Amino acid sequence: MTGQPFDYFWLGKLSIDSLPFVEFIRDPNSNTAVGAFAKAAAIGGAMGLMVLLTVFGKWRVFWHEWLTSLDAKKIGIMYIVLAMVMLLRAVIEAGFMRAQQMLAVEQPGPLAPEHFGELFSTHGTIMIFFMAMPFLIGIINVVMPLQIGARDVKFPLLNAISLALTAAGAVLIMISLVIGKFSTGGWSGYPPFTELAFNPGAGVDYWIWAVTLSSIGNTLTGINFAVTIYKLRAPGMTWFRMPLFSWTALCTSIIMIFAMMPLTVATLMLALDRYAGFHFFTNALGGNMMNYTNLFWLFGHPEVYIVILPAFGVFSEVFSTFSGKRLYGYHSLVFATMAIAVLSFCVWLHHFFTMGETADLNAAFGIATMLIGVPTGVKVYDWLLTMVRGRVRLTTAMLFSIMFMVTFVIGGLTGVILANPPVDFAVHNSLFLVAHFHNMLIPGTLFGMFAAYYVWFPKMFGFRLSEKWGRISFWCWSFGFYLAFMPLYALGLMGAMRRSAQWFDPQYLPWLVVAFCGALLILAGLASQVVQLWVSIRDRDTTRVPGGDPWDGRSLEWSMSAPPPEYNFAVIPQVHDRDAFTWMKKNGTSYTAPEHYEDIKMPKNSIVAPVICALTAALGFALTWHIWWLTIASFIAVWATVIARSFCQNTEETIPASQVREEHERWLRSVKALKPAPREHETTSANQGLAEVVV
Amino acid sequence: MNKIRKYSRHPGLNMGSTDPETHEAAETLLFGFWVFLMSDLVLFALLFADYAAQSQHGVAGGPTPGDILDLKNPFIETMLLLVSSFTFGLAALAMKYRQDRTRLVFWLVVTFALGAGFVGLEVYDFTDMISKGHGPQTSGFLSAFFLLVGTHGIHVSSGLIWLLVLLVQVFVFGLNRNVKTRLMRLAIFWHMLDVVWIGIFTFVYLFGVA
Ligand code: HEM
Ligand SMILES: [Cu+2]
Repeated sequence: MTGQPFDYFWLGKLSIDSLPFVEFIRDPNSNTAVGAFAKAAAIGGAMGLMVLLTVFGKWRVFWHEWLTSLDAKKIGIMYIVLAMVMLLRAVIEAGFMRAQQMLAVEQPGPLAPEHFGELFSTHGTIMIFFMAMPFLIGIINVVMPLQIGARDVKFPLLNAISLALTAAGAVLIMISLVIGKFSTGGWSGYPPFTELAFNPGAGVDYWIWAVTLSSIGNTLTGINFAVTIYKLRAPGMTWFRMPLFSWTALCTSIIMIFAMMPLTVATLMLALDRYAGFHFFTNALGGNMMNYTNLFWLFGHPEVYIVILPAFGVFSEVFSTFSGKRLYGYHSLVFATMAIAVLSFCVWLHHFFTMGETADLNAAFGIATMLIGVPTGVKVYDWLLTMVRGRVRLTTAMLFSIMFMVTFVIGGLTGVILANPPVDFAVHNSLFLVAHFHNMLIPGTLFGMFAAYYVWFPKMFGFRLSEKWGRISFWCWSFGFYLAFMPLYALGLMGAMRRSAQWFDPQYLPWLVVAFCGALLILAGLASQVVQLWVSIRDRDTTRVPGGDPWDGRSLEWSMSAPPPEYNFAVIPQVHDRDAFTWMKKNGTSYTAPEHYEDIKMPKNSIVAPVICALTAALGFALTWHIWWLTIASFIAVWATVIARSFCQNTEETIPASQVREEHERWLRSVKALKPAPREHETTSANQGLAEVVV
Repeated sequence: MNKIRKYSRHPGLNMGSTDPETHEAAETLLFGFWVFLMSDLVLFALLFADYAAQSQHGVAGGPTPGDILDLKNPFIETMLLLVSSFTFGLAALAMKYRQDRTRLVFWLVVTFALGAGFVGLEVYDFTDMISKGHGPQTSGFLSAFFLLVGTHGIHVSSGLIWLLVLLVQVFVFGLNRNVKTRLMRLAIFWHMLDVVWIGIFTFVYLFGVA
C-alpha cells in the first residue's frame, strides 16, 4: 500500500499495488491465492452478468422494467436480490474464516493476519448493512403496501433513491475486493485503531463511505415507510386492524429514523479526523474514542432490533397462516413490539461494560437489557399459543419459523447471561459473544427473511418454490447452525477471543473442527437454495398460482393476482376485520367485481435513481482514493440531478379506468376457472392459488 | 378518502380557505417533511451532546470557550436569522392571502439577503478564528465547535440554494401546487434552523463566555 501513486492529480492515491492480482503475481502463496480467487470471482461475476444480459438481449428490459422503475414491489425485489448476492459473498468469507481458525492452532494458518482482519470486517459489515438491511427493507417494500391496502409507498422516487444509495455502498464494498484493501477495523470500526495514525491506507475509507451511503439510504427508507403506514392505510384499516408484519415494519421504520443518524454522524466525524485533521476520536489533543463508542452503539443496539422486528412480523404471519388460525394475543404482540422499540434505545451501554463506566451505571444498563427479555418472551408464548389447536402445516416457511423459536430462545438466554456486567467482564469480546449474536441473527433475522422469501415468493413471481429443495436447505442450515456456533460458546468459555487469526491452545482444535464442519453444512444449505431457485424456475409451469392465494392467506396482499398489477388494487378495498382477506373469503366478497372503477395515477419511471447510484458510488470511490476532481464533480452532479428533477412537471401517468376494469375482470374470469385447493394439497400442483374456503 | 382528508390538518401554513387542493396535497407531504426534520434534529442533538462533552474535556491545554468566543458577531448573526424567519413568514402570508407574486418574491429576496448575510458573517468569523490559530485541528473542543456551528451553517447555505431554485421556479412555473408546497416545506426548514441557532447561541456562545 506504500507504492508510488500513478498520478496524484488524476488518480489520487491509486498505485500499482492497489491493482488486482499484482500481489499474487509478486508473491504467490496461500494467502495471496485466496485473495486472487476472491478478486477473480468478483470480476467474473460482474462480467458474467453483463454477458448474460447481452446474450439474452435483456439490457432494455433491465433498464425499463427494473432500474428505472419506481414500483415498490420491483424496488423491493431489487433490494432482495442485492441482499442475496451479498449473502453469498459473506457466507463464503465466513467459510474461509472458519477454515483459517481451524488451521491456525499453534501455527500461522493459510491466511495472513491482515487478510483475516479484512475478512471479518467485510463479513460483518456486509451481513449487517448489505444483507440484513436490504433483505428486510426489500420484503417490507413488497409486502407492506399490499398489506395496508396502498398502491405504493408515499414517496416512490425517494424509495428508489434509498435503494440507489444502498446499492452504491454495496458497489463500493465489491470494488474494495478488487482494487486496494478493505478495513481491518471490524464492522464497528473503532478508533483510535481506524484513525490515520494507525491505519493510513484506503481500507478504512472504503468502510466509512460504504457505511455512510447505506445509512443515509436507510434513514430515508425509515421516513418513507413510516409516512406510508401513517397516511396510506385503506379505509377501515384502523391501527388495531393492521397486520402484525406492518406493525413491525412501522416500529422498525421509527427506530431507523432515530437510530441511523448516530451512525452517519460517527462515520462522518471519523472521516473529518482522517481527512481534515480534526480531533474527535484521536488519542491526542482532546479527542476521545469513547465519543465514538457511544455514538456507534447508540445506533448499534437499536440496529439489532431494526433487523429483528420485521423478522418477528414475518414469523407472526407464518404461524397464524400455517396454523389456519387467527394470531393469538395480537394486542400483546403489538405492545411488545412497541416496548422493544422503546427499550432498544435504553441499553446501548451494554456493549462496553468493560470500558470504564461506574459499577452503578453498568448495573442500570444491565437491568434494562434483561428487561427486553420480557416483551420478547411474551411474543414467544403468543406464537406457541397461535399454534395450539391449529391445523399446523409444516411447509418450509413454517419449519424455519419453528426452528427459529427454539433456537432464538437459547440465544436469548445467553444474552441475559451476557447482560450481567460481572459475567460480561469474563467473556467480553470472546467467541462466547460471537456465538451469542450469531445465535440471534441467524435463526432470528436470517431465518425470518428466508421464511418471508418462501411465503411471498409466489406473490412476487406467480409460482411456488420447490418444497423438496427448501426442506433440504432447511435441514442443512439448522444442523449447520448448531454445529458451527454451539462450539463457540465452549471456546469462549475456554478463553478464545474473537477476531483472532491464530491460537496457542491445542485444546481448541476439536471444537474448531466441528465449527468448520458446521460452516460447510451451512454452505451446503446455501447451495441448495441456489439449486432450489434453479429447479423452481425450470419447473415453474407446474407450480403457478394465478389465483394469487397459495397459502390460504389472511391479509390483503393475498387478495389480488400473483404477481400483482403495478397499481396493486384495482379498487382500494374496504377493511372490515384484522384478517381482512379471510373476512372477505368468509363473507363472499373476495374475487368480486366492484361497481365502478376509477382512473389510477402512478409515478412514471425515472432515471434519477440509477444516475444517483452511479454518482454516489463514484463519489465514495473518489473520496476513498483522494481523487479530488472526481469528488467535487460527482458531488455537484448529485445535487444537480436532484435540482434538475425538481423541474420535471409530468412525473405521473394515468392508467384509465377502462384498462383497470379490463385487466381486473380478465383476472376474475381466470380465477373462476381454477379449482379451489384443500390445504392437504397445498404443496402439490393442485394448488393454483385459490384456497378452499372452510366456513 | 376525501372525507378523512377534510378534517385532517397539518402543522404548517394552512391553505384551506384559499386553495383547498394545495392544502390537501400538502397534508401528507408536509407530514413527511416533519418526519425528516425530526431525523435532522437528531443530528443536531448528537452534535450538541458531542460539543457538551468536548468543550469541557477536549480542551487539551488549548484555548477554552471563554478565551476565544465573544458575543458581538454571533449576536448580529442571531438578529439576521431571526429577522429572516420573520420575512419568510411575510412571504408565506403573501402566498396564502394575496396570491401576489411580486410581494412574495420581494420577501423571499429579503430573506435570501438576510440569510446570505448570516452565512457571510459566520464564514468571516471562522476564517478569523482559523487565522488566529484556533482552527478545528487545534483541539477536540474546537473540532466539536466547528462541526456543530458549521453543520448549522451548511444547513442555512443549502436553504439558500433551495430558495434560489424556488425563486427560479416561481418565475418558470408560477405559483402552482408544486411550487407552493415546496415553499411551505422550505419555510418549515428555515424556521427549524432558527430554533437550532437559538440553541447554539445559548449553549455555545452565552454559556461559553459566561
Ligand atoms: C451463515 C453463517 C455464518 C458464519 C459461518 C459466520 C461466521 C463468522 C465468523 C467466523 C466471524 C468472525 C468471528 C471472530 O471474530 O472470531 C463472524 C463475525 C461476524 N458475523 Fe458472522 N457468520 C455467519 C452469518 C452471519 C450473519 C447472518 C450475520 C448478520 C446478520 C453475521 C454477522 C457477523 C458480525 C457482525 C460479525 C462481527 C464482525 C466483526 O468482528 O467486526 N454473521 N461470523
Ligand atoms: Cu446491544
